[in-house]
Amino acid sequence: MIEGIFVEGLIYGIMALGVFFTFRILDFPDLTVDGSFPLGAVIMAMAIQKGICLSVGILLAFSGGVAAGAVTAVIHNKLKVPHLLAGILTMTMLYSVNIRILGNRANLPLMRKETLLTKATALTQGTLSETWTLLLFFVLVVLVIKVLMDLFFHTDMGLTFGAMGGNTQMVISQGVNPATYKVIGVGLSNGLVALSGAFAAQYQGFADVNLGQGIVVSGLASVMLGEFLIRSNRISMLTLRVVIGAIFYKAIMFLGRYYGYTIHLTPNDLKLVSGVLIIGALVVTQMKKPAKGAK
Amino acid sequence: MIAIENATLTFNAGTPNENRIFENFNLTVPKGDFVTIIGSNGAGKSTLFNLLAGTVPPDSGRIVLNGRDVTKAPEYARAKTIGRIFQDPLAGTASNMSLEDNMMVCLKKGFKGLRIGLNRARRQFFREQLRFLDMGLEDRLKDNVGLLSGGQRQALTLLMMVLSKPELVLLDEHTAALDPRNAEIVLSLTTHFVKEYGLTTMMVTHNMQQAINLGNRLLMMDAGEVVLDISGEEKKNLTVEKLVAMFSEVRNKTFTSDEALLSR
Repeated sequence: MIEGIFVEGLIYGIMALGVFFTFRILDFPDLTVDGSFPLGAVIMAMAIQKGICLSVGILLAFSGGVAAGAVTAVIHNKLKVPHLLAGILTMTMLYSVNIRILGNRANLPLMRKETLLTKATALTQGTLSETWTLLLFFVLVVLVIKVLMDLFFHTDMGLTFGAMGGNTQMVISQGVNPATYKVIGVGLSNGLVALSGAFAAQYQGFADVNLGQGIVVSGLASVMLGEFLIRSNRISMLTLRVVIGAIFYKAIMFLGRYYGYTIHLTPNDLKLVSGVLIIGALVVTQMKKPAKGAK
Repeated sequence: MIAIENATLTFNAGTPNENRIFENFNLTVPKGDFVTIIGSNGAGKSTLFNLLAGTVPPDSGRIVLNGRDVTKAPEYARAKTIGRIFQDPLAGTASNMSLEDNMMVCLKKGFKGLRIGLNRARRQFFREQLRFLDMGLEDRLKDNVGLLSGGQRQALTLLMMVLSKPELVLLDEHTAALDPRNAEIVLSLTTHFVKEYGLTTMMVTHNMQQAINLGNRLLMMDAGEVVLDISGEEKKNLTVEKLVAMFSEVRNKTFTSDEALLSR
């Protein structure tokens, strides 16, 4: 079970990294995530189904996410729509798009199909058990993504993203069009989310258009949990704590699912638990802030 | 040279709150001028800056910056050649980032790509520049800007703005929110930079004495018009009393900004 928590935590950690990018760095609460997560899943599943090269499938899933995020940002920029509404619009439209991609189906099983995960387990057969192989595989995947993200935030563009969330006027004063950066940022974020969806589909062995329901909330909960666990300002720590937060979140969800019955919790209550978790995190942050006027 | 030609601007046009700010407003500032601007609240000083910076487009008229018609250019595009500093010392820097990261973002204007520009040579360069501010910031490159005082942040904003070598500098009461000592420091840094780099500068201030002491040209604004434009010898011999007298002469009313009169 513990390996399962880690593996799921790592898969959803990729999504949480995307959510972290928009919510924390860009200050752009983006709800596209609920649609781009299953988008990644269905693109990957369809690629597997059609026998397209797996790495191409992953790339397609990522690009699909980038496009979805870009659509949200463009709606927000051009039509001067609030970011929440822009995200909801794209998310809603993606529901239909996802069903289209799956060929007018709501889900697609990937039984006995070759996926990146079956490839990985075939590679280590005899030396490592399947669960440990998957764990190792996802540790590597997440590590690569995390390191790339850290590098990205050290580039001039990454630094500008950092400044933009806190002080848009400053970025405008530097001759940078924030609209362009929003397209890039929200796009990349959703690319990560779709990537996470693509891995989730392979791990679970199916793609479903409803995979994304409430995923923003779980991503946000992961980000907030991470913020409790580690206090830092260095970007490498910020991304690390998002992943750790995602693993912790999955652990809490596992506990709820397996031992929740002792307090009469059913799996249906887990969304309520996620919400309460976020509210709890918000309450604690509020209390930690020194009261106004206090010395 | 900066020119505003026949600019007209009305807020809330066609509503009961209609407010005509400028009507056929004209102003030219030759390259290298240091213009101080004074006027009571609502005279249009900040709106003038907004017109120049592109925050607000004029209803009609033209804005020309060094021969380029920038009337239609959005704020971010104009910002490539305009350095603007706001009254709020927090406006020019990002609190959540380190000093060196802030300086890196401001080093070059325009779109920023995927290069890691912050290296040892850059850090050394930043340190040298910061040393000039004489605030001990050169040893705090890794510190978050949020930890700095308002004066330090405004000095840093000023330094970063100067490093980008703007064609026009707009200072919007940039020392008004600072304590007197820090205001003094930032002001002397300002005059130093303007002189050293020969920056074309426009500075709004509420302090009449400051407006008289600094720069080579003084504009007094009232109700969307430049009512006094004083430069050269005349400006050198100017006093607050003379200025107030001149104002009542041209406008047939007394200058009624206590803040401007009291803060010397």
